[in-house]
Amino acid sequence: MVTADPFLTMHGIVKHFPGAKALDGVDLDVRAGEVHCVLGQNGAGKSTLIKVLSGAHGHDAGAIRIDGEEVTLATPAAALRAGIATMYQELDVVAGLTVAENIFLGNERSVAGLTRRQDAAHAARDLLVRLGHPEISPHAEVGTLSAAGQQVVSMARALSRDARLLIMDEPSAVLDSEEVDNLFRVVRDLTASGIAVIYISHRLEEIRRIGDRITVLKDGRTVASGLEVAQTSTRELITLMTGRTREYAFARREVPAEAQDVLQVVDLAVDGLFSGVDLTVRAGQIVGLAGLVGAGRSEILETIAGARRRTAGTVTVDGVALPPGSVPRAVAAGVGLCPEERKSQGLILDEPIFKNLTLSSFAGFARGGFLREHAERAATATQMQNLQLRPADPDRAIRTLSGGNQQKVMLGRWLEHGCRVLLLDEPTRGVDVGARAEIYDLIGQLADSGTAIVVVSSEIPEVLALADTVLVVAEGRIVHTGPATEIDEHRVLDLVMDSDALAEGHR
Amino acid sequence: MTQDHPTSETQDPVTDLPETAEAVPPPEQPVGGQDAPRRRGLPTSVVRNLGLVIAFLLLVVIGVVSAGDRFVDGGNALTIISQAAVIGIISIGTTFVITTGGIDLSVGSVLGLASVWATTLATQAMADQYHWIVIVFTACAVGAACGLVNGILVAYGRIVAFIATLAMMVAARGLAEIISNKQTQIVENNGLLDFLRSSVLKIPMVVWVFAIVAVLAWILLNRTTFGRRTVAIGGNPEAARLAGIRVREHLLAVYTLGGLCVGLAAVLMIGRTGVGTSTHGYMYELDAIAAVVVGGTLLIGGRGTIVGTVLGVLIFSMLLNIFTLNNLSLSAQLVTKGAIIVIAVLLQQRFANGGRPGWWRQIFTRTPTPTPVQGGTS
Repeated sequence: MVTADPFLTMHGIVKHFPGAKALDGVDLDVRAGEVHCVLGQNGAGKSTLIKVLSGAHGHDAGAIRIDGEEVTLATPAAALRAGIATMYQELDVVAGLTVAENIFLGNERSVAGLTRRQDAAHAARDLLVRLGHPEISPHAEVGTLSAAGQQVVSMARALSRDARLLIMDEPSAVLDSEEVDNLFRVVRDLTASGIAVIYISHRLEEIRRIGDRITVLKDGRTVASGLEVAQTSTRELITLMTGRTREYAFARREVPAEAQDVLQVVDLAVDGLFSGVDLTVRAGQIVGLAGLVGAGRSEILETIAGARRRTAGTVTVDGVALPPGSVPRAVAAGVGLCPEERKSQGLILDEPIFKNLTLSSFAGFARGGFLREHAERAATATQMQNLQLRPADPDRAIRTLSGGNQQKVMLGRWLEHGCRVLLLDEPTRGVDVGARAEIYDLIGQLADSGTAIVVVSSEIPEVLALADTVLVVAEGRIVHTGPATEIDEHRVLDLVMDSDALAEGHR
Repeated sequence: MTQDHPTSETQDPVTDLPETAEAVPPPEQPVGGQDAPRRRGLPTSVVRNLGLVIAFLLLVVIGVVSAGDRFVDGGNALTIISQAAVIGIISIGTTFVITTGGIDLSVGSVLGLASVWATTLATQAMADQYHWIVIVFTACAVGAACGLVNGILVAYGRIVAFIATLAMMVAARGLAEIISNKQTQIVENNGLLDFLRSSVLKIPMVVWVFAIVAVLAWILLNRTTFGRRTVAIGGNPEAARLAGIRVREHLLAVYTLGGLCVGLAAVLMIGRTGVGTSTHGYMYELDAIAAVVVGGTLLIGGRGTIVGTVLGVLIFSMLLNIFTLNNLSLSAQLVTKGAIIVIAVLLQQRFANGGRPGWWRQIFTRTPTPTPVQGGTS
């Protein structure tokens, strides 16, 4: 029952956060009775979009229309009144309450402040039957239900609010295949009754099964909207998600062939994540790991850095073997990791720049355990000049810096500590265009000075442009190793998709 | 470098949006109410403690008005500080623990245990045989050992600090009762008592001990690598871990330090009362936490202040003093104490946020770091 008139239209939505633009012109139109899939890499802006729609965040520019009328979704309550209900990835059910209490949470059926439990139980049972789960008792405690059951409760709550648009954020992430089948059946029932669904997922094969139309986000922008699922190839979708939004101009570097091996990784594995990873990086070489989100790229970097305990294999830096699971030992050997989530894993946001930049080296500045902050400040100012970080004020709060400048501080941390191996996880995520070019330059300079560098990026063209040697990672294995000049984006996609298909076949 | 990047013309700050507002004016003279100036250097620390200083001065005025000469008397000031010494030294140790994002609920019980262990017949016999320093040493060792156990449970057992130290709080009190058989143990060693009750330059020994501990703690937190690690782990444990800091070892050291401070406080307690008993330090953990938080140390970690903690302790001690001088009920004093906790914390928040509108909202919306302190391997 898909109608042509959009129920919801979002146009030119912009959302700023301090230091980053999370949404930068998102367009989306959703029709009543359709399943509209929103696709995008981590950090593309999907969660921010959901939060804007559900009233958790306001937006800074752009318009949201429902049935053609402009609305303001200032609070979650306002979004609910407008008919928009959200099922978050982390299910927002209260484990200690019953199914019925959860369904009517915040919307209790009551008379003079007393809850009408029987009434609520009956209404809850009707909703559960409608969702195809008559076996769930309204009196059961939600904590005792399976993840799938809890999801049904969350969905029933959305229905109880007479939602006209249901946002589902990665609903299949917690389900097994049978439960996914049931979920899809419920979703079809809902759309048949005219409810629109925004479905967010990484799994392309699911989108093929359930979706009607697709909108693809990248870097906070809509790069394609309203694609008909039936007429869009998987390759086209992956290209839209991972492809270039701008040209990467990065002169091919010459790696001295006789340079010594700095980092040697042999048969590295962490149970359940990845296995059989072999990797050699010479001084001055940049090795790129390409692949889709969830392939195990970040985990490989974290394991090399000692942040995860490996279950097999060896990691050697300049001929010295590193013990498993020890970050301090890896750091002492000269291994530096710039993690994927800069703010939560890399920086102390309440501290000034210099304390962040010297986080790995402050003990080296100290004399007999006593800090020498003036020396730290001076060294930080010098590094900031190298990094073209302006104004070079070491006491400035790191929170106020842009994403690009925060990333430069992370690079500066390892420059100051002195590192032989630099592991960069998504080095340009949340970084503006101008600062990206500067960061590419810095990575090149670091390599030229003899550092061995490993780069992970979700943007395949970025990996191909930056790296000398490219490793393609899929399903926790390295499926290809070769010079960057001998592989292109299409070949990488073929490799990724082939091994995904292979893995599907094994299931 | 022979690199060619056509995007380089976009490097000007206009594309670097979040910076534009502050990058355009010279950094030393920022225009408007931006947050750059209040975030730098010494003024920040002064501003941060401003609410406390105001509360402190307000109490002084109340004291002078209500009790007059008896309050202004120099001896009375020393009394206030002396009475603050035990809680003060405990609170200083707790400041380190809370700065890492942890908590120590066991300090009161451990104080009781240390006072009992240091005054058993056996310990006192040894003290008579050798030197009263044996009692000091025993109390400190018991405190540090309890702190060490807390640290092991939190850092290596990965038990939430609240629970681990709650267990220690219960167990230490019980152990103190077992050892003392619930009897009050009188200290016969006059050497120790005479020392603790003596004065140097007309200033009581306990005040000296409190002052020395405070100064050492200030140096430790603000001027050493130990302090930097403490603040870093509280500010973002995952970032600290990935930067190569030995988070678990450091947590162990911090909890041990907290216990050591309790042991030292137990010595002063023995000196003040002349006895060791399992009831010593009852509910002191709450006084200590109140003083630390009123002082401006963040309960979620990442910011700690020794000066604030000392001021917090002195405020509560002065409050007690004023009520006593005016013959007011101690129950009313407790009500006032509760009010002061709330007011001081609200003032802290106001000044910490530069008095901007919406400061109160930030009290409630500040989100803790997503990764638990004990998470992962290092």
